[in-house]
Amino acid sequence: MSNPTLWVATRKGSFKVEKRGGRWQAQLAGHAGTGVNYVAREPKSGRLWALLGHGHWGAKLSVSDDGGATWRDNAAQVMFPEGARYLGQNMFEDATSDFGVRWDVVTRKASVQKLWVIAFGGDGAIWIGTIPGGLFVSRDGGASFELNRPLWNHESRGGDLFNGDGTGETKWFGTPASEGGEFAPGIHSICVDPRDPRRVLIAVSTAGVIETTDGGASWRSRNKGMSMDHTPDAEAEWGHDSHLIELCAGAPEHVWQQNHSGVFYSDNGAASWRKVSAPTQGVHFGFPVSCDARNGKRAWLVPGRGDNQRMAIDGGLFVARSDDGGQSWRKQTKGLPQEGAYDIVLRHALDNRDGLVAFGSTTGNLYLSEDSGESWSSVSHNLPPIYAVRFA
Amino acid sequence: MVQVRLTRHLFAFFPQLENRELHVEASDVAGAVRALDELAPGIAFYVCDERGRLRPHVNVFIGNNPVRDRRQLSDAVQADQTISILQALSGG
Repeated sequence: MSNPTLWVATRKGSFKVEKRGGRWQAQLAGHAGTGVNYVAREPKSGRLWALLGHGHWGAKLSVSDDGGATWRDNAAQVMFPEGARYLGQNMFEDATSDFGVRWDVVTRKASVQKLWVIAFGGDGAIWIGTIPGGLFVSRDGGASFELNRPLWNHESRGGDLFNGDGTGETKWFGTPASEGGEFAPGIHSICVDPRDPRRVLIAVSTAGVIETTDGGASWRSRNKGMSMDHTPDAEAEWGHDSHLIELCAGAPEHVWQQNHSGVFYSDNGAASWRKVSAPTQGVHFGFPVSCDARNGKRAWLVPGRGDNQRMAIDGGLFVARSDDGGQSWRKQTKGLPQEGAYDIVLRHALDNRDGLVAFGSTTGNLYLSEDSGESWSSVSHNLPPIYAVRFA
Repeated sequence: MVQVRLTRHLFAFFPQLENRELHVEASDVAGAVRALDELAPGIAFYVCDERGRLRPHVNVFIGNNPVRDRRQLSDAVQADQTISILQALSGG
């Protein structure tokens, strides 16, 4: 079997990583100088989709039909429809407040600030998650994208703001990952069930995990068993800061989650979660998680020191792997720097396929393992800040 | 006709606009952006968001003066005036 290609999305372009002459090599393959949040290959058509964030010119969908040799803006771009509004917070200084600040809940007109993740359903649907918290779907191969209104109008976000003022209360909070600087919610995880494309799990920073089983007509929270350390009610239905969720393609009842407040695992399709952090081993905080496509009990993480630092723990970079649904973890360090390393790996910047595992850091370091993480070698130390790596 | 000048950065995405004088029929800036989009489909969504608001890091000038209305681009333009569409000096 030939080696797959690894697509690397960076702050300064898209890179293609292939094994040539016995060595994995990275080459710039488009969008030079432009922020690329995610690159993925549509399985059926082979088309490559890149989610761009031009600093000046906004979020754009870019496609390639020749393996990345040439790119063009997709004819249909992702846009919020007229009338799409959401609840946000305007913070302002107020000397009379005990905290020096107060905020107003305001209704904002929606425009796409960031294209964050793309996923492909077995029925040909193309799903895209955005900031501020919009989920878009194309059912015509990308010729048009439509906002999923049942999720946008969900009661947890304050109801239908297309046709009124809603409830005035949202339980979705923000993420600093927005490119516009606004603290708005973001959809960063989309998991389409390979057995039934009408079932989709998404995750939101900051709200939690949400599921549809009817192709997006209705949505419900899937946060049972999760806990958080940034709200008074640790087990509230909403407010969970999922950093990434991933399900096992071959056994989709197995779902993994790296969360701001620890690592969680579900063996019942996210109906309930179990916390499987191992803080004494450094397995707790981080952004990415990657699940084996056949063995639902196997997953990899790249942990970091908690939210007070967000970098490698004590200068040592390691991958943590579990083979038993998170009951135990093993540090994988061979080939990775164990001193003087201060990398952080963002949520989409870890992936695996058939024993290959790769991750990239915001310091531009790209590492790859050909033996399920037992040993690692560096592909490059000089890439731009890495946002995503995906095997294709 | 109103003349439109573009930052060279936009030519990377719309090469058909490079090395030519751009003149459009428009009575306000929004009309000029619409006309430009007919010459180069998609460019309006580079300059403005989907609500028609000027993107935060894009500046538009009429002559030497920045437009006042960044939300709807309603600033009027005369036939002999030049509109410049430039990127702000922000980046990294």
